[in-house]
This record gives sequence, structure tokens and C-alpha cells, in this order.
Amino acid sequence: MTASLLEAQGLTKWYGDRLGCRDVSFDIREGEVLAIVGESGSGKSTLLSLLSGQPAPTSGSVAYRMRDGSIRDLVSLSEAERRFLFRTDWGFVHQDAAKGLRMGVSAGGNVGERLMAVGARHYGDIRAAAEDWLERVEIDVSRIDEKPTAYSGGMRQRLQIARNLVTAPRLVFMDEPTGGLDVSVQARLLDLLRRLVADMGLAVIVVTHDLAVARLLSDRIMVMRQGRVIEAGLTDRVLDDPREAYTQLLVSSILQP
Amino acid sequence: MTAPIKRTEGYAFAYLDEQTKRMIRRAILKAVAIPGHQVPFAARDMPMPYGWGTGGIQVTAAILGPADVLKVIDQGADDTTNAVSIRAFFQKTAGVAVTTRTAQASVIQTRHRIPEEPLKAGQTLVYQVPIPEPLRFLEPRETETRVMHALADYGLMHVKLYEDIATHGHIAKTYAYPVKVEGRYMMDPSPIPKFDNPKMHMSPALQLFGAGREKRIYALPPFTRVESLDFDDHPFERTKFEAPCALCGATDSYLDEVVIDDKGGRMFVCSDTDHCETRREEGHRGALLGTPAEETRP
Repeated sequence: MTASLLEAQGLTKWYGDRLGCRDVSFDIREGEVLAIVGESGSGKSTLLSLLSGQPAPTSGSVAYRMRDGSIRDLVSLSEAERRFLFRTDWGFVHQDAAKGLRMGVSAGGNVGERLMAVGARHYGDIRAAAEDWLERVEIDVSRIDEKPTAYSGGMRQRLQIARNLVTAPRLVFMDEPTGGLDVSVQARLLDLLRRLVADMGLAVIVVTHDLAVARLLSDRIMVMRQGRVIEAGLTDRVLDDPREAYTQLLVSSILQP
Repeated sequence: MTAPIKRTEGYAFAYLDEQTKRMIRRAILKAVAIPGHQVPFAARDMPMPYGWGTGGIQVTAAILGPADVLKVIDQGADDTTNAVSIRAFFQKTAGVAVTTRTAQASVIQTRHRIPEEPLKAGQTLVYQVPIPEPLRFLEPRETETRVMHALADYGLMHVKLYEDIATHGHIAKTYAYPVKVEGRYMMDPSPIPKFDNPKMHMSPALQLFGAGREKRIYALPPFTRVESLDFDDHPFERTKFEAPCALCGATDSYLDEVVIDDKGGRMFVCSDTDHCETRREEGHRGALLGTPAEETRP
């Protein structure tokens, strides 16, 4: 596994005369977890949306290696191809589970939607896959027919993860996956994520402002500030021995209990 | 049935002006060329309220010729307010011949049923459609449903069917049951009972759908593949009835339940009045018409 799965080159996004992010380049390989950290407004979320193909960057390119081995520039994908990637090869875990789930549809339907979107037409099989996935994300299978509105915040987040992973994607984008959850629920979710990522060999790009999440989950880390990547490297190296003044500030501002 | 109505002077033939009819015919041609695709058209205000079939009436007005024989049904019946009014409307404005016999009609405008008698080549069935978008209640944004049609991104409809099976044990949708046309477009067949869905498949007749308020026209040309959506292990099933028609004894038609007294008495009768009358004329007798002339149940 030498070739990278996704490679960004000089990604720049201007919103009018306001900067989203500037000249960001990096690559990610299969099975690798990359954390993007930085304070709010540093361009993390802009970068994440550029990587997933919308909106188009002002300049730069994102090359992606498809399942058939061909390399495609995500900016030039048609809407149909982009949607297909989103249903099969990619996952997107939102901070707010309500954005990533269909709140009016049962948990089973939420997990099964991607399968049906790619052509599954056997109810029993879809149901079995949904049950299997609920089990894997530690949701009681007897609650399969309940709507996410009846679920707690932590359960919703786990359901969202199940919904994304059911088609065995290769790359998952996560936007503050543990934001808004209390600490014990966060710990459980991180544990679960770490296991799934290792089991499935997922590549993950996780955006977070929580350095603890980055530390637990990621192999590599990129620190962003004012739209630029100011420091990048192995997670342990960056967090234990931060080079940039801003990174040092970030690391030292974590409260030690 | 009723006294003949004379054509009223002073109206354009079939009420609509020629430019409007041309515009509607253009939309119809496009709809026929792309089976199941909803074509927008500039629906006019008609001299009756939305919900009365203004879409169907405009389509009928656009295709009607002086030699046509028109039949209008409302839930299968020729004698309800909606059907009688629309039939009278075209008698007054176009002076066309009308009939209640399915076999004799060249144009049949319908609200929520397909006649029991199989349609023939050369006949045209015009549906009145309240909501043309099959995905509307799943996705409220028109911009989004258009993209979904364009990309044939129809997984969402199966989510709805999945939910039905999960909560009811079977697909609970009994009318406006979504279909896929020629393996491409998802289409709402208007609120016909799902009992009628198989009749659309490979029908030799031309089927036109008009939605007045929503300003959409779509069509099924003759001999079009129309498949009702389902799951492999929960296949589409036609509605079945336990009793035969109480008047004509038919066992293969769609039945209405009618309350006949205030003691809980009820009967099941054919919703297609022409079908029922024809059968009775042929000597078939249901349970409510005394002793059956012959045993009609198989």
C-alpha cells in the first residue's frame, strides 16, 4: 500500500475576499487516520468540504484513487459520480447527528438507506445488515424500529456511524464527531471508533478542536491557523514536541485534571 | 342516460383557445417521448376549482376532436358529481358524443380508477392528478427531487417501503403506489388503487396524466413497461377481496364498501359502474339481487 488514497494539492478557497483556506497540500493512505486541528475559524471545516468535492476550490486539486484503481480529480467529477461516491466509498459523520440521519425514519431504515440506494432489494438481507451494524455500534437490536428522535445523543452518533459504514467505505470524513457529548459518552464513542477503524482498515479525516480526540484516534495530525497548515506530522511527535508557537500554545492550554 | 346537451355557442371548441391547446399538445408530445418524466406546462385557470380535475380537463380539451366519444369516471363511477359535471362541460363546449360504455369511448377521463374492461389500441386514458411528484412526501424540496429524477437516485422510495414493512409487516401503501417506468423514471400513477397498477403495464392504450395545480403533464405511451416497486422477499401484491360484488357477483373487480343501514350492514359493490351494469345485463346476479342466475365464483 504505497499509493495514496487521496492527495490534495495547493487547495485554496476564497469566499469573496475572505479566506477559507490557503495552499493546503497533504495525502492520506488507506487505513490511515489524519486529524485536522485548530481553533474555530481556522479553515478546518472549509477544508473538509473541499475534500468531499463541494464547493469547488478556488484553486488546487484533489486526486482520489477510485476502487477500480483509476485516479480522478474530485473537482471534475459529475454530480452523479460524486453522489455515488458518497453512497458507497465515503462516509460523512456530522457533529450534529440530526444532519446526518433521517430523523423521521427508523434506525433500521437509516442504516439500510445506503444499501437500498445502491440497489439492495431484499428486505430480509437489508434488515439483517441493519441488525448486524446496530450490534457493532453497541445499540440494542430491539430498538431497531425506533426513530432516532427516541435515541440519546451518544446513540444517535453511533447510529450515524453505523449508517455510514454499512457499505464498507474506504474513506470517512468526520466533523467533530464527539462534539456536544459528555465525557464518558465521548470516551465510549472514541473507543468504538478506534476499534472500527482498525477492524475495517478505514482511512479517516477527522476535524476536531479537541486534542484528546486527535491523540486517541489519529496517526498523523495537521495544525491549521488562519487558513494555513502551520505544522504537520506524526500525532505523538506534534503533541509531545510541538514546534510552532501556536501549537505549543494549543497543547499547553489543555487542562490537566 | 340523460337528455342530450346542446353545444353552447360562443366558446372555443373544448373551451381552451387554440394557442393554449397547442402549448399543452407540445407538453404531451414531450411527455410521450420521455415516458414517466414530468413535463411542466403553463396550466390555465379553469372554470372550476383545483382538485376537480383541472389538469385532466386541460389534457382532454387539448386532445379532443369532434369525432371523439368521451367517457368520464370518478372513482370508477359515471354518475357522481365530478364525472357528470365534466361530461356536461365537454358536451356544452365541444359538442362531442359521450358514453358510459368503456368499449365505445375513444377518450376516457378518469379520477382515481382504471376501467375494469381492458383498454384497446386507439383509446386514450386521461388521469386527473393531484400531486405528480412521487417523492414529494419524502423530500419536500422541488430542486432536490428534480436532481433525484435526473440522476435516477431513488433509494429513498425504498426506505419508505422498508419502513412500511418494519411497522406493518407488509407494504401498507394501497393507492398512489409508486411505479418505475421503462426501468428509468419513478412515477406516481395518481391515487388509483394499487389493484389497478398491473393494468398500466404494457397497456395498448395511450395514458396521459395531467396535474393542474402543480402544472405537470406526464405520459405512458402504449406498450410501456410499468413496474410497481417492491422487495424481492415482499413482492407487489394486488388487493384481494373476500366477497364477490353484491350486485353482479364479479370476483375479479375492484370493490367499494357501502354502508346500507344503521345496524352495521354493508355491502361490497364494483367501483366500476359500467362494468357492473354490463355484467348484470348479461344476466349475472350478486347476493343482493336475489338468487344468482348462475354460480359466478370459480
